Parts: sequence; structure tokens; C-alpha cells
Amino acid sequence: MSDISVPLVAADGTPLRKKLAQAMFKSRMRAFGLVLPLLAFIIVAFIIPIISLLWQGVHDPRFASLMPRTTEVLKPGDGKSEPTEKMFKALVADLVATKKDRTIGQVATRVNRELAGARSLFTSSARKAKKLEAPFKQSLIGVNKKWARLDVWQGMKTSSRVFTPGYLAKALDFKLLADGSIVREDKSRRIYVMLLLRTMKISLIVTLSTLVLGYPIAYLLSTLSVRTSNLLLILVLLPFWTSLLVRTTAWIAMLQAQGVMNDLFVLFGLTSDGERFSLIYNQTGTLIAMTHILLPFMILPLYSVMKTIPPSYVRAAKSMGATNATAFRRVYFPQSIPGIGAGAILVFILAIGYYITPALVGGQDGQMISNLIDFHMRKSLNWNFAAALGLVLLVIVMFLFWIYDRVIGIDNMKLG
Amino acid sequence: MSTISKEDGFVVFDHVQKSYDGEVLVVKDLNLYIGKGEFLTMLGPSGSGKTTCLMMLAGFETATYGDILLDGKPINHIPPHKRGIGMVFQNYALFPHMTVGENLSFPLEVRGQSKSEREANVIRALDMVQMVDFINRRPAQLSGGQQQRIALARSLVFEPELVLMDEPLGALDKQLREHMQYEIKHLHDRLGVTVVYVTHDQSEALTMSDRVAVFEDGVIQQLASPSDLYERPENAFVAQFIGENNTLKGTVKSVKDGVATVDYGSGHLGEAMAINCGEAGTAATLSVRPERVDIGAKSNAQAVDAKVLELIYLGDHIRCRMSVLGNDDFVVKVANASGQKHLKVGETTKVSWAKEDCRALDA
Ligand SMILES: Nc1ncnc2c1ncn2[C@@H]1O[C@H](COP(=O)(O)OP(=O)(O)OP(=O)(O)O)[C@@H](O)[C@H]1O
Ligand SMILES: [Mg+2]
Repeated sequence: MSDISVPLVAADGTPLRKKLAQAMFKSRMRAFGLVLPLLAFIIVAFIIPIISLLWQGVHDPRFASLMPRTTEVLKPGDGKSEPTEKMFKALVADLVATKKDRTIGQVATRVNRELAGARSLFTSSARKAKKLEAPFKQSLIGVNKKWARLDVWQGMKTSSRVFTPGYLAKALDFKLLADGSIVREDKSRRIYVMLLLRTMKISLIVTLSTLVLGYPIAYLLSTLSVRTSNLLLILVLLPFWTSLLVRTTAWIAMLQAQGVMNDLFVLFGLTSDGERFSLIYNQTGTLIAMTHILLPFMILPLYSVMKTIPPSYVRAAKSMGATNATAFRRVYFPQSIPGIGAGAILVFILAIGYYITPALVGGQDGQMISNLIDFHMRKSLNWNFAAALGLVLLVIVMFLFWIYDRVIGIDNMKLG
Repeated sequence: MSTISKEDGFVVFDHVQKSYDGEVLVVKDLNLYIGKGEFLTMLGPSGSGKTTCLMMLAGFETATYGDILLDGKPINHIPPHKRGIGMVFQNYALFPHMTVGENLSFPLEVRGQSKSEREANVIRALDMVQMVDFINRRPAQLSGGQQQRIALARSLVFEPELVLMDEPLGALDKQLREHMQYEIKHLHDRLGVTVVYVTHDQSEALTMSDRVAVFEDGVIQQLASPSDLYERPENAFVAQFIGENNTLKGTVKSVKDGVATVDYGSGHLGEAMAINCGEAGTAATLSVRPERVDIGAKSNAQAVDAKVLELIYLGDHIRCRMSVLGNDDFVVKVANASGQKHLKVGETTKVSWAKEDCRALDA
């Protein structure tokens, strides 16, 4: 045995540890070189866009940069005292400037998010701002009485924040006030937490249904001969070869009130012609269609894990006196858990961000959080809020991952 | 031991046939009676149907035809978990998600033993294979030999009367294999369980078994004790399969008093024990063990010309490959003793053997 305290040296006298590090460095650089192109692509095409979009969820410099004077004078105020002549003067100057360089629309949109109806107030007043004279307080209120209202100024103050928790707060049904405090939304306006919970619930149900439906199939596939199982596997993958849109539309044909399923139910007397089931344009439709579409993502990891479980384990269990059920429960099932973990995570994460299918078949109560994100990205053009919703979703997914890692262990997952 | 009848066999295969695909019989009319406490080995080349027989006995395959009896009762319709047969699998099949202790207590749990009973039995079984210290390890943390011992202990822990082992030592290195052979044999002697053992390693079969059933192509070629199998093979396959063997081709000229006169062709005549050869005029295979062949002519034995083709030095003896009566793979073992004549490659000499050591078998 060599003495621990004396460092080992290589033949040329350098310490062995250093020599090893040198040798490892080369192979590490090589490995790094191999992943470099993909890494660069991912950084440019994935990570940077995502970060810059999510960044908008907490960073909104529009008002501050377009209305610098107003932002400056609003800074010291607490948003509760009457606006002063100095504030009106700055506001009028900013309105004139934004009217001139045609950015008043952006400003109006921004403040409108905090205070409904603010848009027309801003655009109409800006048109007349150029002709106004001191004292500005009087003349501006003369243009529109609303300028005397405190909540207009509070809306401006909230809008003037460059870094704002306002969007995140809204995504969780809270409201950012002008003085910086955060309060719950009125009961009637709380929708996002409910939507997040519904998204979780739908994703969870879809995950469970794909597991229940996929587990026996994967088991069957793993026990058949390679030829037959490959054939069946192609059938499992068949849905991948048709467009998502076509499949979803096919579900509409199947599930609608006059559709195939309801016709069959009526035929077999499960329901009468007058009261057909509503299977689509509601949560049921979302659940059915998503379960179908995501099923392969559960079957494939399950199959790849089950294929590696030798039949001798179950046989051994039976030879020791275990019934079929016991052998399954105690021996087979525990060994298929890595596949369940991988499949469940895969399906859940895909489900939580699904939006085409819920949009087409979900109706009102089948909408998920992604549909709202989509709405704010494309319809209301409130990208900041869409980003905040995305951020919340991302954090939740990360948190679930963390839980999963603590409970089951991420290294216990097997994807192929 | 070789006279166990169907009536007092503990395990009985009665005209058992098995086909997987309805076209090929993997097991053909198997009749095998295994006595209580016996150590019986099924030996045979790959694909000869050994595992299939074992699986039918364990209940994982059903016999296509015929009955399998355990302790006098037909078990064709008894599911595997009710047969009470211990089993050691080729890859051990230790449950990877359970510790050694949990693996062993599994069969006791499903039998409804109480916790204290289970603990005592597990310790006892582990003690039997000297593995008590490993009770809390996972199978992945054990070496191949240790896993093998655990598998053995697990198959014995619920005290079955019959234990099946399917090539349990296949994955071990030679030294460990020999050690484990000894341990298994020792356990068998001590516990008195009936063991049906499958291997395709003939030395393993010879050292461990009370009787060996040599399988080929779904048929038992010979069922005999190890010494009988080696010294009195009944047909050419067994002679070839068990131990080293020199074969010569010939035609039977006459058979008299159990001694056949054989024509080796080109005018050479010789005598051999007529074990399994046909009548005069039929072809036969002659079998001589390498260690029973002497270099040089002997007065009381038949001698033939031999040309030395190759010499392999093996320490205590020299393997000498020769050309004898047209067979270029005729092997003779020459003891590396002081008085022994030293052969050279290319040299022509004579070899001889006693007629009792030459067996005339089927062609
Ligand atoms: N499940 C099966 N389906 C179809 N044919 C099978 C099956 N299992 C075995 N066979 C065939 O039956 C024959 C005997 O197989 P078996 O496994 O009994 O051989 P073995 O003597 O145990 O061989 P080895 O020494 O290689 O283990 C082989 O030809 C094999 O191809
Ligand atoms: Mg086998």
C-alpha cells in the first residue's frame, strides 16, 4: 500500500492527478466540440428567445421610455394625493411629444391595461394637447374631466414601472396597486388560478388515463414476438403519421351530438335520441381527444422498459408460490416504475402545454392555460401578460419535476 | 439407482411430448422416472429440449401429450405457484428491487408465515450458503458467485421437496464453478432434496449427479450413472458427447458371444464389444477412449499402424494426434513418465487397444 499523504507521480514526475486532468481535458474538449453546433443552435433558437420573452413578463419599459417627464414627476408621489400643476405640465409635454412621433397609441394601450377606457382618453387628449396653455391642470381637465380622477394617475403610475410584478401578480389573480402593494383580485375577476388548476387537473386525468390504457398494451407488446410487436407498434405510432389537426377534426366527427358515438349510444339504447350526450365542446371532449393523442407517449417508454424485464422474474415469483396477482404487484410492477415515471412525466408536460386540441374541441370549460397564453399572444397582444403566464407555468412544471425527483428520483426514469 | 420404476418415481414423465409450433416435436416421447432424494442431471447440446422439460415440470409450459406426475399425482393442471417446486434460473432472477433478505423472505411471505418465522428461516437459509452478512445488500451489489448462492438459498428457503436448476453455474468462471458444484452437491447430500439439474457441461454432470440423462434432439439417448455413462456408452452420440473419444468406422463381419468382428476396410480386421451394433454386414461406429490406447504393439491386443501428426505438451501427459485407419483425429494420451518412448511428428508407429476397451456402436 502506498502512503496516502505522498501524492502519486507519473513517470515524468508530474503528480498523477494533474496528469489525469490533462489527459481528461483533451477528451472533454473533444466531447464539447461534438455538442457545440447543437449547443449554439439551441442557445440562439431556443434559450435566448425564451429568456427574452419571459423577461417581458417582469420588464415593461414602454411607458417609462415614451413618457419620461411624466414618469419622472410620478416617481415621488404615493398615488394617493391630488395631482399637481407640475405633473400636468409634464404630462402635456409628453402627450405632445408622443403625438408627434406617433407613439401615443402604445402609451394608451399600456395604461388601458391598468384602467379600462384609458385608451380613448389618451388618444383624444393628445390630439388637442398641442394647443393647450398654462395652467395645464385646468386646461387639460377642460379637455376631458377624467384627468381630474385619481385612478387615471394611479394607472399611469403603475404603468411607469420598468420592472413590474404586476403581470405575474395578475397571472395569479392578484393586483398591483399604484403604491406598490399587491392585493387579491375581486372574486368575480379571479380566473387564472382556476384555469391553472383546471389545466393541472386535465393534465393529471389525461396522464392517468393514458397510463391505464397504455400499460396493458405496452405489456402485451413486450411479451409478443419481435415481428408481431413491431407490427403492433406501427399501429400505435400510426396517429403520429396523420396531422394533429386532422385527428382532432376526426374526433369532432366522432363525438358531436349527431356523431358516430352518439348514434351508437342511441342504437344500443344507452340514451334516447332527444338527450344525446354532449361529448365535445366541453371538458369531456378535451379529455378524450388529448388522451388519444398523447397515448403513444405513454406506451413507448413503458414498452421500452417492459421489454428489458426478463420473464424469468415473474416465473421465479410464481415458482416460489406467488399467485399471478402477487407476482405482478410485488415483482413486475415495481420494475416497470421507471417506464411509468418517464411516460407520466412526458405526457403530463406535453398535456400541460397543449392548446390546439382544447381550442378545437374544448368549448368553454375545456380551455386550458395555454389557450389563454395564445389569446394574449395573438388577440389581445398583451405579450407581457402572456410571458408572465408562461413563466408561472414554467415554474410550476419545474416544481413538479423537483417533487418527482424527490419522490421517485429522476435517475429512476427511463426513456429508451 | 437405475432401476426406479414408474410406480415409485417421485417425479415421473410418462410419454411426454412437447411441440411449440405444432410442427416440430421438441420433446419426443419422454419417459423418465426420478427417485426421491435423487440428483438427476439433464445433459445435452444446446436446443436439445432440456429447458423445455424443466419448464413443463415447473408448470410454465404445458405438455402437448402425456402426463407429468409429482409424488404420484398428475400435475398437468396445477398452476406453477401451487406446485411447491423450488427453482434456480440461469440468470438467477433475483428481484433487483429487493434486498437479499427480502428476496428470501418473499416465498415465505406468500405462504403466510409470520414475521419472526420468516426472519429465522431467512437467516437459516443464508447461513447454509454462508451469506448472512449480505442480508441487506441489493443483488446488483453482489458478485456473480454470491448472487448464485442467494438464488440457491432462495430456492431452498421454503423447503421444497424438489428443486430445479437450469444451468445455474453457466455464468461463473471455472474455479468458482467448481467450488459451487461442490457446495450444491454438499447441500443436496445434507438436505436430501430431489434435484433436477440442467447443464451442457459434461464434467459438471459427471461430478455432481447420481444419474445423468443425456438428451439429444428431444430424446434421452442414455440414462445412467456417471461412471456407466463414461465407461459404457450405449450409442455413438453418448460416446462422442461424454469425454474424449476416438471413433472409427467399420462394417460388422460377425457377432459372437457379445464380441463383434469388425472390418475397418482395406483388409484390417479387429474385435470389439458388441454393445449396440447391428447384425453382420451393417455399418458400425467403433469407440475407444484415448487413455485406453497404448503406443506400440502388445501381444494380447490388436495393433494397427499410426502416423504421428501433432504433439501437444500438457505437462503431466502429451496429447498425440495421429492418423489411424483413415481417421486423422485419433488422439492418444501419452503419460509424461520417465520410461516412456518419445515420439516425433511424422514418425510411424503402432498403436493397440484391448478388445474390451473398444465398443461397437450404432453407425
Ligand atoms: N418458447 C418457445 N417457442 C418456440 N420454440 C421454442 C421455445 N422455447 C424453446 N423452443 C425450441 O425448442 C427447442 C428446445 O429448446 P430448449 O430451450 O428446451 O433447449 P435447451 O436444451 O434448454 O438448450 P440450451 O442448452 O441452449 O439451453 C429449441 O429448438 C428451441 O428453438
Ligand atoms: Mg436451456
